[in-house]
Amino acid sequence: MTLTNTPRLLIVAVAAVLALAGCAGTTATSEPNATVEPAATTTAAAGLTISDPWVKAAETGMSAAFGSLENASDTDINVVSAASSAATMIELHETVEDDSGAMIMQQKEGGFIVPAGGSYELAPGANHLMLMGLTAPLTAGVEATFTLTLSDGSTFEFTAPAKDYSGANENYEETDMDMDMDK
Amino acid sequence: MLSDQTPSAGRRLSRRHLLLGGAAAGIGAVGAVGAVGIDLATNSNPPVVAEPLNGTHTVPFYGVHQAGIDTVPQSNATLIALDLHAGTDAATLQRFMKILTSDAARLSQGEAALADSEPELAVAPARLTVTFGFGPGLVALAGGTAPSWLRPLPAFGVDQLDPAWGDGDLLLQIAADDSLTVAHTTRMLLKDSRSFATIRWVQRGFRRAPGSVKPGTTMRNLFGQVDGTVNFVPGTPDFERLVWGAAENPAWLHGGTGFVLRRIAMQLDKWDKLDRSGREASVGRTLSNGAPLTGVNETDDPDFDAKTAIGFPVIPEFSHLRRARSENPDERILRRGYNYDDAPTGGSVSHSGLLFVSFQADVDAQFVPIQRRLDELDLLNEWTTPIGSAVFAIPPGCAAGGYIGDTLF
Repeated sequence: MTLTNTPRLLIVAVAAVLALAGCAGTTATSEPNATVEPAATTTAAAGLTISDPWVKAAETGMSAAFGSLENASDTDINVVSAASSAATMIELHETVEDDSGAMIMQQKEGGFIVPAGGSYELAPGANHLMLMGLTAPLTAGVEATFTLTLSDGSTFEFTAPAKDYSGANENYEETDMDMDMDK
Repeated sequence: MLSDQTPSAGRRLSRRHLLLGGAAAGIGAVGAVGAVGIDLATNSNPPVVAEPLNGTHTVPFYGVHQAGIDTVPQSNATLIALDLHAGTDAATLQRFMKILTSDAARLSQGEAALADSEPELAVAPARLTVTFGFGPGLVALAGGTAPSWLRPLPAFGVDQLDPAWGDGDLLLQIAADDSLTVAHTTRMLLKDSRSFATIRWVQRGFRRAPGSVKPGTTMRNLFGQVDGTVNFVPGTPDFERLVWGAAENPAWLHGGTGFVLRRIAMQLDKWDKLDRSGREASVGRTLSNGAPLTGVNETDDPDFDAKTAIGFPVIPEFSHLRRARSENPDERILRRGYNYDDAPTGGSVSHSGLLFVSFQADVDAQFVPIQRRLDELDLLNEWTTPIGSAVFAIPPGCAAGGYIGDTLF
């Protein structure tokens, strides 16, 4: 990791995260033991923001979260896992074409890479955060908080409002029968 | 925010205009100067700076007041009343208003809503505004105090009200200078309403298209009359006091106002039987430019004392203008109506009228006295019938990060 960011720049970056996200509050955190010299070190989470986050409303079972991850740093950011109190498990999914030409969802090997100075779209029918085992009804307007863990161990937190959405009914490779996220 | 379907000729034209505009402003890059040179060599037309496209215009969403009240009326409006699902609680209502606020704030600035399935329809806001109003049921549900005037209007003798066009819990006034923008915004807001409410009524209205007549021209209704002369001007003391005022309104409503919608059927076939002088006498204004029958220009003050050669008032006692005018300067309202022209039914050839929309800080003190006088006597009643009536409280605007109605909870 390059150590180019001064603490002042880090503060500016965090402020920019809050400003960009508007109603959906976001915070970037670093693990306390991850830095020996805080004054001269920055984390991957410091360069990460998300714009327009939202999650599909669902009563039970599964859902998916979307938004545009943006990397303001000059180093690629690798999202390796995600968690939320709204679901017992979250997977990082991609949607790909299988041998028969059908679009299926599967876990993204190695997680999401948000390119340096670029963005990574999470959208219905494409890459997304897959929520499994909803802990409570995710009804429209409820805000869910997500924590992304990055490859350097730092974490990035954001909240996303639930919206009613009739799409995002992708199929799964793992099962014999098609599963509908509405069910 | 340029159109995605500009004809290629138009696109070339726009590009040329932009290049010329840039060069004229002294910021032409080398490439642009070169292009201008080629252009001038092949085209003898004088350079024209392109007007911004109509669809690119935006009205700020966030502010002390909601947009769509002091906004110059857009050409198209859809008014919707929703009924909240039984059992809705205050927390659910807050979630609902946050979602609707987010949709309205984004779409009004030309940004797709979150989870917008047709984001390409959001790119031409065309002065889109979404204005929210609260009915008495919603205010009670939120645990708020309703202003005394937030209730159905008193019954008037001329009324033939159809409950299908009346009342409701939540009002959405969606207006833009583009009917596709209005349709997409309506679709987005109604999709996001399904979990919270059902549609009670939808009323669509229109005025002249933007650019058809000089901006600021008073609208004409389907009787051909100039309709809405003598309106408050935003920013004036009258507007501040009689639209945004009323200190006796509950605190959560400060910065808001009161809303009245009257759906007024206009009997065009009967109106056809009336000659021009009769039409002008019924309202007290000329058809040509809306001037009072005692004046020359639309904005001339009427002279109610002026008499004809045989001693009758020039502006008849029974005329709409005479009856609507009060000696009490507080009995005035901001009119912001729209025409409607629905599909005829039952062998008739017209099904038309006016969505009479008015904003006033105190409905009982400002609107009701005017309507009482018109109910007692107004020759125009011969050709018009109120068939729908609704009153809503319009909460104030909100700051970025807040939501419409956040003062109520």
